[in-house]
Amino acid sequence: MKKEEVPQDKSFFKEEHGKELCYAVDDQGNYTTALSSGWEAKTIALNNALSVIEERIADAKQRVLENKTSPIEYYMEVCKMELPILASYVGMWQWRVKRHFKPSVFKKLSQKALQKYAEVFDISVEQLKNIELTDS
Amino acid sequence: MKIDFEHQQSAHCENGVVSNLMKHNGYEVSEPMVFGIGSGLLFCYIPFVKINYAPLITYRAMAGFIFNRFAKRVGIKIKREKFKDPEKARARLDENLQKNNPVGLQVGVYNLVYFPDEYRFHFNAHNLVVYGKENDNYLISDPVMQHVTTLTDKQLEKVRYAKGPFAPNGHMYYPIAFPETLELEKAIKKGIKHTCREMLAPVPIVGAKGVKTVAKMIRKWPKKLGSKKTNHYLGQIVRMQEEIGTGGGGFRYIYAAFLQEASALLKNGKLSELSKEMTEIGDQWRDFALDASRLYKNRSVQEDGYNKVADQLEAIGNREADFFRKLKRAI
Repeated sequence: MKKEEVPQDKSFFKEEHGKELCYAVDDQGNYTTALSSGWEAKTIALNNALSVIEERIADAKQRVLENKTSPIEYYMEVCKMELPILASYVGMWQWRVKRHFKPSVFKKLSQKALQKYAEVFDISVEQLKNIELTDS
Repeated sequence: MKIDFEHQQSAHCENGVVSNLMKHNGYEVSEPMVFGIGSGLLFCYIPFVKINYAPLITYRAMAGFIFNRFAKRVGIKIKREKFKDPEKARARLDENLQKNNPVGLQVGVYNLVYFPDEYRFHFNAHNLVVYGKENDNYLISDPVMQHVTTLTDKQLEKVRYAKGPFAPNGHMYYPIAFPETLELEKAIKKGIKHTCREMLAPVPIVGAKGVKTVAKMIRKWPKKLGSKKTNHYLGQIVRMQEEIGTGGGGFRYIYAAFLQEASALLKNGKLSELSKEMTEIGDQWRDFALDASRLYKNRSVQEDGYNKVADQLEAIGNREADFFRKLKRAI
């Protein structure tokens, strides 16, 4: 990549985030660094990854409303987590967290357990119990 | 207190932290040099490990390896510490700052407030330097950012104790002993040999062979998984190649810069020629990324499109195999 070819497309990096560094060659063929504000390929790839997460969130929300899963799964998706990550944050076995996805089990959760989940998701226990209180 | 520390932006976090810490201690070592000596370049496809619901593909050595190899090869000693107790982690950090010693920290990205939201995934192998503390704010030099920044006590603790795979557990590191003079020549040769060995490894998921395996998979995915999942997988490849501080072309440009620097130091003209070829390979990777990403932007693609990017990747795999054979002979 030549220095003048370093892409300057629009991306998620805003003014305050600054630009990122790329390696490129100058006119004499010597390596140097140049700042890039973004690149089309990267933006498309990132958008794709984000839209996959959006879909997962919407799907989880739907299933919570249909009483097929508990809000814990919904908030897990909102926080871009996967089961092993969530289990590690709340300090429980994965199967236990998975069990808490069951609406019937979720209803019987102790205040302490709810508190723990709420803390990890950075929300209140009320929000945890009722996903309609969180807008996303 | 504020340590007199020069922040220099780099493409990748780990190289950047090492390069900046070395400079702080009076040794001028560039980012590509750290990357090359630490044998950072790699390709690895791990289908049974999923990240964000797509197979893991990496273009570089695992976090921590680059610094360890670099340290061993140039003869510096690093101290690494992990702490169960966040209180202790903070106390040790403050103690080092009191002693005028900037330290590297491993952190999770998800709660890193100065990152753009869109980039905040649960990725735990990010690195930064803390170079001071003013009131409740830690002074942060994050090598991938253009400017220095700050984090509060709470914010820093949160990222130091991120959970999940590769959890940092407060991991802190800094060099403690240096050789009298830095002898890079031997270290460079060792670094290059190691990279050639890995890139030519007779394993179908590693190095040039790994690249060709992925090319093969891309041909199979549309039939096996459908176009939606295939696009998601392709997106993951592109992201790993370009997004996480690779300096462009999946670290290939940084490596080309290293070969150019090494050529001057070792007075070996062949390396300079090979640097040019590595740049071309980097360009090929960029073309692949652009075509692959456009594939799933235009939903109206036929299978032909997938075969085309697979062809591109296969060509890269063949060229890299050839390249590292030449590099091995040149050293």
